Amino acid sequence: MLLGVGVLGSAYKGEIKYLQIIDESGNADDSLFPRDLADPKVIEMYKAMMLARAIDTKILSLQRQGRTATYAPGLGEEAVQIGSAMAMRKEDIFVPAFRQGGVYLVRGLPMEVLLLYWMGYEEGNIIPKEVNGFPMAVPVSTQMPHSAGIAFAQMYKSRDVAVVSYVGDGGTSEGDFYEALNFAGVWKAPLVAIIQNNQWAISVPRSKQSAARTLAQKAIAAGINAVQVDGNDVVAVYSAVRDAIENSKKGPTLIECVTYRIGMHTTSDDPTKYRSDSEVEEWKGKDPILRIKAYLSKRGAWDDTKEKALVEEQAKTVDDMVEKAEAFKPDPKNIFEHVYGSVSETLKKEMNEAEASYFWQGEI
Amino acid sequence: MMLANMVTAINNALELLLRENEEVVLLGEDIGKDGGVFRVTEGLFDKFGERRVIDTPLAESGIIGTAIGMALSGLRPIPEIQFAGFMYLGFSQLVNHAARYRSRTRATRTVPMVVRTPVSGGVRSLEHHSESPEALYSHAGGLVVLEPSNPYDAKGLLIKAGRGGDPVLFLEPTRLYRLFKQEIPEEAYEVPIGKANILSEGEDLTIITYGTMIPVVKDVVEKRKLSAEVVDLRTINPLDNETIVESAKKTGRVLVVHEAPRSFGVGAEVAAVIAEEAMFELQAPVIRVGAPSMPYPFPGYEKYYVPNEKKISDAVSRLLSL
Repeated sequence: MLLGVGVLGSAYKGEIKYLQIIDESGNADDSLFPRDLADPKVIEMYKAMMLARAIDTKILSLQRQGRTATYAPGLGEEAVQIGSAMAMRKEDIFVPAFRQGGVYLVRGLPMEVLLLYWMGYEEGNIIPKEVNGFPMAVPVSTQMPHSAGIAFAQMYKSRDVAVVSYVGDGGTSEGDFYEALNFAGVWKAPLVAIIQNNQWAISVPRSKQSAARTLAQKAIAAGINAVQVDGNDVVAVYSAVRDAIENSKKGPTLIECVTYRIGMHTTSDDPTKYRSDSEVEEWKGKDPILRIKAYLSKRGAWDDTKEKALVEEQAKTVDDMVEKAEAFKPDPKNIFEHVYGSVSETLKKEMNEAEASYFWQGEI
Repeated sequence: MMLANMVTAINNALELLLRENEEVVLLGEDIGKDGGVFRVTEGLFDKFGERRVIDTPLAESGIIGTAIGMALSGLRPIPEIQFAGFMYLGFSQLVNHAARYRSRTRATRTVPMVVRTPVSGGVRSLEHHSESPEALYSHAGGLVVLEPSNPYDAKGLLIKAGRGGDPVLFLEPTRLYRLFKQEIPEEAYEVPIGKANILSEGEDLTIITYGTMIPVVKDVVEKRKLSAEVVDLRTINPLDNETIVESAKKTGRVLVVHEAPRSFGVGAEVAAVIAEEAMFELQAPVIRVGAPSMPYPFPGYEKYYVPNEKKISDAVSRLLSL
């Protein structure tokens, strides 16, 4: 029995559907398998999940060496990120929380930009237009109303564009989460809201976050569509998000992806204080990358030789990311120049004072 | 020219903005068919339709948050929050996002949005309907905070804000909404942001104020035949330090008056700027007049709370005696 799976009773006539296409051993349900998903595309997904994890592992290690600020790793949650990002059309727009590095990756953000963010520079929020994505949002769930407003704007401008936003399980307890769904529901806005339910909001488990049996059912109160998905099954995530995007012209959908945070909340957190090793071990057995690899291997589409070459190639990509990001030289003037459309007299004065004293870095 | 009170001036500015730019949309609670609880948006729903004048669900964070999303996507939303006392629910959206989206993306994304909300008391409203929160929003940095004191400035500042690229809080003093009328141009015009207005020239003292306190200060100056330089800030943030400091140097005596509580208020900032820039040209310390340092009381007690002529006049006497 998966966590959070349930059906509502008589207050609501209907049910929250649960979708799994590839089981934990890598066996696919052909009746559900998306027809547009041939092996090359599944391999592409696998590669992206591998790269997301390689980047994640690298940033974690850089943080331990003091080369980045606090980092929020996404280990174990790659299927949600890659599956959803691959389902988007080029013109679709995404609005992330802060554990969606893989989404940025698939959408073509140069990875050194992502690393700059974690190194602590606002320049890591300069996202090229063609990526069609917004910067991360750290205050939990506050990005959700933005995504409803962005979706409204697409409708207002008669664009056939869906907006895909992300929130965690903890984020679904915020008022902004419900307000966003409610506004989008009233407007019938083209919003696809994804709950990346990794079971833990820092130290608070899913069971203490809400008495609702599923998080997906929170959509019912807003009158929008809902589905719960095995978030460690990249094909199921892809399929659910693709369907929701196709349906977005008619209105919003909430998709709960049930996954697990294998690592810590951030590098400042020690999860051994509040959860058992056995629970983590159990979820490691459901690893989304191993699952899709098993699927591909069974089909003869993947083998050890390919794997070895991929790992080597991706190691180079990761090193390249670090080299480029670490070449960045911050100019302290940058923090003053873009507070307003034009620099106010007060800020000019403060910038000049700062510059005159070498931004307080010199000898006294 | 047209004869307008502040309500009709703002209504007219909104209509002109809606007419000149298809990207402008209004959203808020009861702003559509009802025309807003103060009738500021009256008639706009009929003229522009529900696509552009949007009655939203009742959720202040949702209104400001979705407006931020619209602004990030190339629209120019002008949300209304029914009362400033309810805007705290959207404080997170304003401070965490509107205020810093430009700087945290190095100006690659901006939030051209004007949040309108009624402020101030003195009209015997229920609790939570009489707030003066300008200092809270100014302190955050990144938000422009405007508070007009007359129909002419209200229209010109709103048009300027609605055409600009920064997130703006447009604070509308309810007590001034219908207090008096003024001849204002019918066409669109702009009043500059960040520029205070010297309402009267004077030699003996400077009174720096804004919003609801303007008519009260004017009455004191008139009745006592003071040679006072009255400065209407109009823009709270960014503050017009130049005008403030120049006037302080000229008269050597400065009174700052606002309806908001005195402690940690705009007056403290004005006094500090003067202390830093003009201390040795002062004849007396800067004196602040504000409400007592507490939340706004129930309407039965507001006459003891909001600064009145007597309180301001006493402060003037003290300042001139020093």
